[in-house]
Amino acid sequence: MTATLVAVQVLNGLQLGVLLFLVAAGLTLVFGVMDFINLAHGVQYMLGAYLAVTFYGLTGSFFMALILALLAALAFGLLLEFLVFRHLYDRDHLDQVLATFGVILFLNEGVRIVWGAAPLSYPIPDLLKGTIPLMDGFGYPIYRVAMILSGLATAVLLWVLVTRTRVGMLVRAGATNPRMVAALGVDIRRLFMVVFGFGAMLAGFAGVMAGPIFSVEPGMGDGVLILAFVVIVIGGIGSIRGAFVAALIIGLVDTLGRSFMTDIFKTMMAPAAANQVGPAIASMLIYLLMAGVLFFRPTGLFPAAGR
Amino acid sequence: MRKVLTAALVAAGVGMGVSAHAADPLKIGMMVTLSGPPAVLGKHINDGFQLFVDQQGGKLGGRDVEIIVADDELKPDVALTKVKGLLERDKVDFVAGIVFSNILQAVFRPVTESETFLIGANAGTSTFAGKGCSPYFFSTSWQNDQIHEVMGKYAQDKGFKSAFLLTPNYQAGKDSVAGFKRHFKGTIVDEVYTKLGNLDFSAELAKIAAAKPDVVFTFMPGGMGVNLVKQFRQAGLDKNVKFLSAFTVDETTLPATKDDAVGLFSSSQWTPDLDNAANKAFVSAYEAKYGYVPSLYSSQGYDAAQLINSAVKAVKGDLSDKKAVTAALKKADFASVRGDFKYNNNHFPIQDFYLVQAVKRADGKYATSVVEKVFDDYGDVYASECAMK
Repeated sequence: MTATLVAVQVLNGLQLGVLLFLVAAGLTLVFGVMDFINLAHGVQYMLGAYLAVTFYGLTGSFFMALILALLAALAFGLLLEFLVFRHLYDRDHLDQVLATFGVILFLNEGVRIVWGAAPLSYPIPDLLKGTIPLMDGFGYPIYRVAMILSGLATAVLLWVLVTRTRVGMLVRAGATNPRMVAALGVDIRRLFMVVFGFGAMLAGFAGVMAGPIFSVEPGMGDGVLILAFVVIVIGGIGSIRGAFVAALIIGLVDTLGRSFMTDIFKTMMAPAAANQVGPAIASMLIYLLMAGVLFFRPTGLFPAAGR
Repeated sequence: MRKVLTAALVAAGVGMGVSAHAADPLKIGMMVTLSGPPAVLGKHINDGFQLFVDQQGGKLGGRDVEIIVADDELKPDVALTKVKGLLERDKVDFVAGIVFSNILQAVFRPVTESETFLIGANAGTSTFAGKGCSPYFFSTSWQNDQIHEVMGKYAQDKGFKSAFLLTPNYQAGKDSVAGFKRHFKGTIVDEVYTKLGNLDFSAELAKIAAAKPDVVFTFMPGGMGVNLVKQFRQAGLDKNVKFLSAFTVDETTLPATKDDAVGLFSSSQWTPDLDNAANKAFVSAYEAKYGYVPSLYSSQGYDAAQLINSAVKAVKGDLSDKKAVTAALKKADFASVRGDFKYNNNHFPIQDFYLVQAVKRADGKYATSVVEKVFDDYGDVYASECAMK
């Protein structure tokens, strides 16, 4: 267990964290601002990847595919909002969960019908190909570095949007007291629609970025959605800052746990037993962390103000 | 004119009625997984089976065929309900398909105890190859361990000293490791078990790089394998470590991994370019009909149809004497697309296994290709535990 290996694993953890942040940011905005549980958020992540597959096939350029897929993801998010979600804002959480779970089933099957069940992919753009040598015979892919950077850039952008702009101010105000904001003459429904569309686009962005390293397949968003919920619960519902910190923590804990848990147990017990216990504990680690956070800070690490 | 036409129609109608009465169709329940990401495996098996039936003009062994497709949804309880429907409501003569071992475990007893023939076209659980074997079960695939053993044997024969094993943390993953170790006697530098459905292998790949093994052996079916292959290549590990795999690099995942998988190794009893007449005809007809390259799963579905065809023909369409049908199936009197094929006492095939490699064909499509034969006429290790002769 060398220092370089630890460093590489920390990078891996950061990269997973950044991906989770991209998905969780939209989820926490929609949940926090609109008090709306959107289980279909993971499907929007999947859709982003599938749209990129199609647009890559049409244009042959990753960056064109990225832009077109983002626009299409935004449009599709708004369409879903118009057709389904807007009728659910005033209903209770159980109705929202049921309806959005239905959307998951519907879209997973829809994707299978349109694109087929076999996993698909598109390549890394030439510009971001290659690796940065870190260990003997092992390079860190430049694309993953680009992922980390784009996630950090998105975080900064979101922070500026929410804290420094008029829309951001309205969003924060809407989260605290939507009726008062509406009474002051702000079209709260339209504000919600903007927030929702933006959240869908962020999820789509995460999907597009994930496509070249993960397989694009039906149901790919379901696992990510669960992790994203863990992130927003740990970070504090509705808090972008919380989502960012929690996503990085989850990414690091999960990656380092997977890498070193078995080795740690091997120092204490027989290798065969460690091979049984290590992976089991490693896969539970983030849920143990969540349980701990919920016990000591039930509102999360950074509870959004006013809630 | 009108009268003539009417008379002709009536005659045709009567004629059809008579023929339908003379021979009821042969009913086959095709139970495969057609939901979720693994649906592609079920589709390949079903497509392979359907192709042979179509080539026979919709008949098997001279009898018209009615195929009832049932989706097990990869849920043992759903499979059990649906298989009971096939047996009791539809009264099928054969149940074929079964992609996953846990589904086979759920439906094996209900089917065989009702004295209906079960033609396994994929899963080959050790229980049913050994003590739990049944005269009503025939496999057109392999016993699960065999595919993994091929890789262990290959690594041993080539003198590789150290191996890094990477599989999902569930029973099939553990079995895979056991299969690999049966013939490989070198050092196992590490065994890493990831959670089932793992997407990001960056942490595991870094461990591989640090361990510097001669080979990495992995069993990562479906989307997990796609992710692993892409990330393995992106990290540049392919330059120093030989990538040996089972059920990871095949025609179901190659459309996604494309160039990233080219050159990586897998094990199989069949490839599209396996050189025999039956296979050439099968592959060209399959690609013409479906427009994609068949996988080993397709070949197993095709052979399942061939097997049923041969047995029904041998008993002249009369399935009432179960012992005679069993004997006819046991003969495996057909030209398998994999070449050598005969049944062991436990009704699993004795066949050849190959080291195969992913290649890009001249037409731009991706496929697996034979590198060398690893096992010749190889049976499984559980056959001796089976009481059947």
